[in-house]
Amino acid sequence: MKSPEEIFQSLKAIFGDSVVELKKDQPVESFIIINPLIIDKICYFLRDNEELLFDSLMNLSGVDDANGQSVNDEEGGLKILGGTLSVYYHIESTSHGHKLCLKVSAPRENPLVASVYHVWRHADWHEREAYDLLGIKFQNHPDLRRILMPYDWEAGYPLRKDYKNPEFYQGMKVPY
Amino acid sequence: MFDMGFLDKQFTDDNIVITNVEDLFNWARLSSLWQMSFGLACCAIEMMATSASHYDFDRFGVMPRPSPRQADLIIISGTVTLKMALRIKRLYEQMPDPKYVISMGSCSNCGGPYWEHGYHVLKGVDRVIPVDVYVPGCPPRPEALLEGLLKLQEKIRNESMVKKSA
Repeated sequence: MKSPEEIFQSLKAIFGDSVVELKKDQPVESFIIINPLIIDKICYFLRDNEELLFDSLMNLSGVDDANGQSVNDEEGGLKILGGTLSVYYHIESTSHGHKLCLKVSAPRENPLVASVYHVWRHADWHEREAYDLLGIKFQNHPDLRRILMPYDWEAGYPLRKDYKNPEFYQGMKVPY
Repeated sequence: MFDMGFLDKQFTDDNIVITNVEDLFNWARLSSLWQMSFGLACCAIEMMATSASHYDFDRFGVMPRPSPRQADLIIISGTVTLKMALRIKRLYEQMPDPKYVISMGSCSNCGGPYWEHGYHVLKGVDRVIPVDVYVPGCPPRPEALLEGLLKLQEKIRNESMVKKSA
């Protein structure tokens, strides 16, 4: 059983600057911020290290931080420039009984995050969902297509804060 | 055949009833509305409860059929997503005439709780197929669905062979 602080120290010793920060004193559990492009390597370590053995990805969720600059586009709608999209990983070790939360943030304009599909297979559909609804692109995911919205959905990513619903889809009126 | 109005006539032979073809067909149709086995969301649970022994849909001649080719009635029981709407339209087109539609619950009537922020929800199934009876509720109780079915039967009873009204 290890605390997030101990895990953060051992990660920091191996991966250096790629492990950015341990956020404590949150209203929720503390979490570790990590470089999005090497999250897969860190997850391999967390899974395989004898003292950690994080064998289960409990949840993977995408978030639109909406921390960029809000501007009005030509039609007067909201448009967010810059800022980040984030992915949160909740992982658990069933043998040691400890849990951990990881966070990565990628730039909104080109949100590239390394896929953890090959670390935990349950990441497959979770990453497809984050891609479908927020447009986060997971590198090395073998089958990154939409999972909930129709495959021919062209209006963008519905859970982004500046998303605009289309007038029509396949001849059907969408707004009320 | 109690609603046909000719039973009070006296005949000398047994087993004779006089009626007209229109009434006979309408009576046959409204008394055996075979429903397509099809459910979408929480309304479908309520629809299944209506089919089960306590409310017993079968006493009105409604029984589920596994294929649209054998169905007279489709109950749209739940949230119609844009993705599903295309499939519903295809299923409806695969049903043989005469065919009827009951829209069950707020979601399929008008989008329900998803009317404003439901980016994936069709705001009423009547945007893709014609609806005969709307049953309000979220979800409607089995009694409400039964009432909707009785309304549909009333509609079919007054149909004319020349013109389909329902």
